[in-house]
Amino acid sequence: MQAAERAPARVAATDPVLVHIKGAYKHFPIGGFGGLAVRAVDGVDLEIRRGETLGLVGESGCGKSTLARLITALMPVTAGSIMFDGQDITRLRGGGMRRVRRKMQMIFQDPFASLDPRMTVGDILQEPLDNFHVGSVRERRQRVQELLRLVGLNPNFTNRYPHEFSGGQRQRIGIARALAVNPSFIVCDEAVSALDVSIAAQIINLLQDLQREFQLTYLFIAHDLAVVRHLSDRIAVMYLGKVVETADRNDIYDHPQHPYTKALLSSIPVPDPVVERDRAPITLKGEIPSPVNPPSGCRFHPRCPIARVPGVCSEVEPPLEPHGAQDQVAACHFAGQA
Amino acid sequence: MAQTLLEVEDLHTQFFTSRGVVRAVDGVSFHVDAGETLGVVGESGCGKTMTALSILRLLPDPGKIVSGRIMFRGNDVTKMTDEEIRDFRGNDVAMIFQDPMTSLNPVTKIGKQIEEAMTAHNRFTETLARGRVIELLKRVRVPAAESRVKDYPHQFSGGMRQRAMIAMGLSNEPSLLIADEPTTALDVTVQAQIIQLMKQLNRELGTAMMLITHNMALVASLCQRVVVMYAGRIVEEGPVDQIFKSPQHPYTWSLLRSVPRVDESRKDRLVSIKGLPPDLSHPPPGCKFHPRCPFVVDRCKVDPEPSLDEVALGQVARCWVLMRNVKQEDVEEAKKSALSKEAAEKLKASTAEVGGDAGG
Repeated sequence: MQAAERAPARVAATDPVLVHIKGAYKHFPIGGFGGLAVRAVDGVDLEIRRGETLGLVGESGCGKSTLARLITALMPVTAGSIMFDGQDITRLRGGGMRRVRRKMQMIFQDPFASLDPRMTVGDILQEPLDNFHVGSVRERRQRVQELLRLVGLNPNFTNRYPHEFSGGQRQRIGIARALAVNPSFIVCDEAVSALDVSIAAQIINLLQDLQREFQLTYLFIAHDLAVVRHLSDRIAVMYLGKVVETADRNDIYDHPQHPYTKALLSSIPVPDPVVERDRAPITLKGEIPSPVNPPSGCRFHPRCPIARVPGVCSEVEPPLEPHGAQDQVAACHFAGQA
Repeated sequence: MAQTLLEVEDLHTQFFTSRGVVRAVDGVSFHVDAGETLGVVGESGCGKTMTALSILRLLPDPGKIVSGRIMFRGNDVTKMTDEEIRDFRGNDVAMIFQDPMTSLNPVTKIGKQIEEAMTAHNRFTETLARGRVIELLKRVRVPAAESRVKDYPHQFSGGMRQRAMIAMGLSNEPSLLIADEPTTALDVTVQAQIIQLMKQLNRELGTAMMLITHNMALVASLCQRVVVMYAGRIVEEGPVDQIFKSPQHPYTWSLLRSVPRVDESRKDRLVSIKGLPPDLSHPPPGCKFHPRCPFVVDRCKVDPEPSLDEVALGQVARCWVLMRNVKQEDVEEAKKSALSKEAAEKLKASTAEVGGDAGG
């Protein structure tokens, strides 16, 4: 499946950008004097295009899951706007909000925690349909069976409970639930991270099939860069609440502009001993700093191998600007020089 | 040829549950040479962790070693007395676990815990042990080791905790370190740091390592030899280069192709292994992989399981077919995977029906 062959059918006459995030902030106050807050998302500009898969990567605590919750309006933003299909969802309330919610769904990481153990699979899949009053009761029941078939499960399983299924099968149920109301946008938050390799491969393939069939737009969040590169058309890299680089999946790997992206990519082992012998990983010093009190200037400077400190890197925050290939942006004073 | 440190012979470990006997480890034989790094790969439930726990005789109830020998430097671990086994653990073989948070005591200082690991094994006196703690933390590259010995585990980050665990594992200078998914819970950049540390330690101290993981990339990066396990059995074993270049067992082949590679520029479909791993209390007849194997022939279903036969120098595989005998077009077919066609048809049918909206 290559990007080129599926692009034309997908991009309708409307705005090619489905989700447009402008200056989004999310701070969680942690009490005490001086207004301390965890700056989980701290000024993010990002667009997600219709029909694409945007991969979002970064280490734990970089704010990727918080960003996903802002985009799906599961949390209010502290500041900024998020346009979904031309509407600013940060201002929507009531009925308007409900109509938008129907178009965006989420698939979660843990297939054990994200399904109610006391509901049957049929009830789990029917709940979103009931919630949005889709069709008659009979149509809903039929739809539940179709959904199960769609994700490769036996349609007669509607009376079973989640504990009767394996991790991979539960993740299929989670996917079926997300598809129930025919969304156009799905956020997959670490959707395959908890699964065994052979099962993860099944789910990845299923996600690709469903995307092609339903013209879905995905935001695929994961810490596993290999999986992200495999699934995504474009990739955004987050570090400490900010997007530091965005580019096409191949450009970002072939010539990463931000030193963090470069280090992140070089640190992933490749399942090939011959490649491994020559691979020289850039090992970053230390770990991700606290988002309560992020470093001055460029947030990456304390760990950056090319930072000029003291100097521009510790003083001035670099803006996200075009660097490298077409459609590639990076926030670094010395982009491409690592 | 290096000296053999550990030799496991026909190990059977079973769990006696109310639902029947679970054959977690079902006739496993392998060896670890002094100073080498052996990878043990397979999916959850294939018996890799139970093999490791059998070696240390740390099996949880109701697990038991039913038969087989575990020879360590000529002594059979399965026959050791409680006294001997305590001496063996830590001094000869140490183990580090996946989750460094749950394996450290949250109410005891890091330094004290490492010290305890030493005094418990009577190798070092208390004073000597205390002096070694800082040296050990420095060896695993914990910055500011002098002040951090007094920290509690919660004051350490995930990567630092794993370093402390490694320091503890190495504290009694074992000749074999068993690492069970040591980097799975860590972020990629931290994972890279730990991999590098383990490589360095292996070189500096000559400690042999048995790395248990599901991550093939980690094996490619760290190991010299690899054992592939499926349903409690070894299905393939050999030098890392050989296994990655020409895997002969269809399970190894599928496993290698089911993980996306970060250095691939084309979006090939992943090979997904259909179905689920077998229930180990009721394994399928014949070759245990046959219900999921893309290259299955009739013989696989009826004949008793094939033996581990040499397929190349140093490489053994348990398969009637072997990948080198599979026709190229069948390989291509398997790569495409049946799921896509099937799913696509179902999808079409369902989109046609569910068009009407009722509004929200």
